[in-house]
Amino acid sequence: MAVAEQDESTALLEQVNQARAINTPLQIRGGASKAWLGRSLRGTVIDTRSHCGIVNYDPTELVITARAGTRLADLTRVLQDNGQMLACEPPYTDDGATLGGMLAAGLSGPRRPWAGAVRDAVLGTRVITGLGLHLRFGGEVMKNVAGYDLSRLMAGSFGCLGLISEVSLKVLPIPRCQAHIALELDAHSALLKLGQWGQQPLPISAACHDGQVLRVRLEGGDGSVRAACERLGGEPFAPSWWQALNHQRLDFFQDPRPLWRLSLPNNTAYLELAGDQLLDWAGAQRWLKSDADPEHLRKVASAQGGHATCYSPGLTDSPFQPLPAALMHYHRQLKQRLDPQGIFNPGRMYAEV
Amino acid sequence: MNILHDERLDGALPRVDKQALLLALRTELPDLEILADDEDLKPYECDGLSAYRTTPMLVVLPQRVEQVRAILAVCHQRGVPVVARGAGTGLSGGALPLAQGVLLVMARFNKILEIDPSARTARVQPGVRNLAISQAAAPYNLYYAPDPSSQIACSIGGNVAENAGGVHCLKYGLTVHNVLKLEVLTVEGECLTLGADSLDAPGFDVLALFNGSEGMLGVITEVTVKLLPRPQVAKVLLASFDAVEKAGSAVARIIGAGIIPGGLEMMDNLAIRAAEDFIHAGYPVEAQAILLCELDGVEADVHDDCQRVRDLLEQAGASEVRQARDEDERVRFWAGRKNAFPAVGRISADYYCMDGTIPRRELSRVLHAIAELSGKYNLRVANVFHAGDGNMHPLILFDANQPGELERAEAFGGEILELCVKVGGSITGEHGVGREKINQMCAQFNSDELTLFHAVKAAFDPKGLLNPGKNIPTLHRCAEFGALHVHAGQLPFPELERF
Repeated sequence: MAVAEQDESTALLEQVNQARAINTPLQIRGGASKAWLGRSLRGTVIDTRSHCGIVNYDPTELVITARAGTRLADLTRVLQDNGQMLACEPPYTDDGATLGGMLAAGLSGPRRPWAGAVRDAVLGTRVITGLGLHLRFGGEVMKNVAGYDLSRLMAGSFGCLGLISEVSLKVLPIPRCQAHIALELDAHSALLKLGQWGQQPLPISAACHDGQVLRVRLEGGDGSVRAACERLGGEPFAPSWWQALNHQRLDFFQDPRPLWRLSLPNNTAYLELAGDQLLDWAGAQRWLKSDADPEHLRKVASAQGGHATCYSPGLTDSPFQPLPAALMHYHRQLKQRLDPQGIFNPGRMYAEV
Repeated sequence: MNILHDERLDGALPRVDKQALLLALRTELPDLEILADDEDLKPYECDGLSAYRTTPMLVVLPQRVEQVRAILAVCHQRGVPVVARGAGTGLSGGALPLAQGVLLVMARFNKILEIDPSARTARVQPGVRNLAISQAAAPYNLYYAPDPSSQIACSIGGNVAENAGGVHCLKYGLTVHNVLKLEVLTVEGECLTLGADSLDAPGFDVLALFNGSEGMLGVITEVTVKLLPRPQVAKVLLASFDAVEKAGSAVARIIGAGIIPGGLEMMDNLAIRAAEDFIHAGYPVEAQAILLCELDGVEADVHDDCQRVRDLLEQAGASEVRQARDEDERVRFWAGRKNAFPAVGRISADYYCMDGTIPRRELSRVLHAIAELSGKYNLRVANVFHAGDGNMHPLILFDANQPGELERAEAFGGEILELCVKVGGSITGEHGVGREKINQMCAQFNSDELTLFHAVKAAFDPKGLLNPGKNIPTLHRCAEFGALHVHAGQLPFPELERF
């Protein structure tokens, strides 16, 4: 199936300029697969999905460039046909997620601690700015230190700094061999084991503990994966489990209590918190279903050197952990300089930007 | 066009009264080491780009973060430009001093604060040398991956400021991929923590923005880097080719086959000869190109991949493929490549190292064009190429004592970089813009893009006191630079020297 292809950048630019002319905020929307994350938005919807298609892809360069509205499901299929993948494993690809939304939200899947985040794969972007200009930053080469790294700054900025119209990404070959093993362990022992394994050259590419079972994905050449399987033991399970984790379709996520994401240093011990926990990223990303006080969770996460994000809309006015005043000052400075009229997704991340 | 700060093109610098500034700093910071005499300032007049020199007004050598903050406060209040410097090994003049400014030398911040094997991180002061981190982590079988060729001398603060690379970038990434957290001071005296000990931090990715920002946005006072487990084994293959095109196609085949080598380096005949003469690495001096392909990881995988790569190299037309028999030979193969720059330094009075990147598929086209330019400027070129990530280092050979040769080398280099932009690459892969490539930035970015860069700068440094004149050219400079160009990048009167 061919990927839909359409250059609508002129129309998008025009829409931005109209909004600037009448000083009206825009809410940028792709597949709306993550629209519930962050603060709620007002403003005219600007839909990027019509601006889609792969602009350039040469598998031997390990780089793909596509328009922001390209559906991730389409993009990953094209890569797959060439034996390649987005190593950062973005979530919600089944829910219509787009490339632009992937970069704007900056969310990465189970492979993140070993293969890097969305921001690590970004090589270049085209962005429609708050001054109504369509600009290009970075490029299609692995190494490029000309000018400031605006492309990576866009990763995780939730559209607050500009409208991402095109993205160039580094892609990687799909590993030749995969194995999936499950080990029955409690969370404390699982974290201890993961800590030890992390210091060894093992081909681990995902590690998640759901309360009872530690699931590990091994990826690499035949030899290393086989050797690691023999060493670590455990029972095999179906690889589709990782998609269910990444798309939050596991039973754990059906619990009606609010969902929190705790991002923590990878050697953080098991935290005794009210509610249920699911430990992903070898312990560096912990999902929590809990009625605990947001303030308390943030204090706990900060004390460990991490932070907490609320994934349940409406629970708190600041789903993202509030920033120290000095850092917020420079966030506001950046916002004012790049989007002086406050057109793009104002308030999506923080009320101040 | 001169590379030294030109107030007409780069913006006026404030008139600073040296004695008054000295007095203010001494009053504020009685125990701060300050260099103010000409003979003491001399060693600081350039960084690794030694063809260009400016004596700084003052050099300060703080030892505590509080001193840095106070220095910035004094300078901010008086409108004095500040140029930060690490080990001074940078190749693009990013730490080139200003005659009207203070050179802030961070070399005394040389302590490794913590190696945490369970978190696999190292927390260090910015003046710590790159290699010292890996050495300190070695007892835990961990290391810091980015390895710029200057790693025995360059400082981690400078690495962050330049987003330094090295020969293992394709697999292990640049500095930006290996830094978790920074402590920085803004020129306004705010302490910011960027990033976190966790894998991500709330807010905009200002950490990514600071990597490679060349000392324009803030002063780095502490760096936390990721450490990786040392790969079990590393093996190197050395392949010879009778044509550069064949080596280029071998690179595409290896990547296309889904193999990501730890290192993949190419050298052309002149570079091979110079390196062999110097190091006796066992390189084939008749070859038009060699490829060094390092495969690292778990033993069984590396063994399989070596066989795969050997087959691919032969299919691409390699005249010979050798695998280093032992660690000694592996180190020797690499020694030739790692000493390519000094080796070229032995066959030429001076050389000018370029740093453009290109999509790999454009390699033979670009190498041909470089060969043509070499004839046009009557200067030899040795090519060393990080083939895995498309980063070329053409070394232009010249003799600075011959009138006009430096200028010819500069013009030649400028054309190479503009060619890189034209084929979809970049003017700098890892050395940075600094002062050296300030003009070529006008070829890489249009005036709207440059204006946005200036806006980013102004968000952190509204008075423009940190490293003024570096990294991002003024629109005025670009207008003048553009006026030198007519269509299609053809210079008018190419035979004339340009200043």
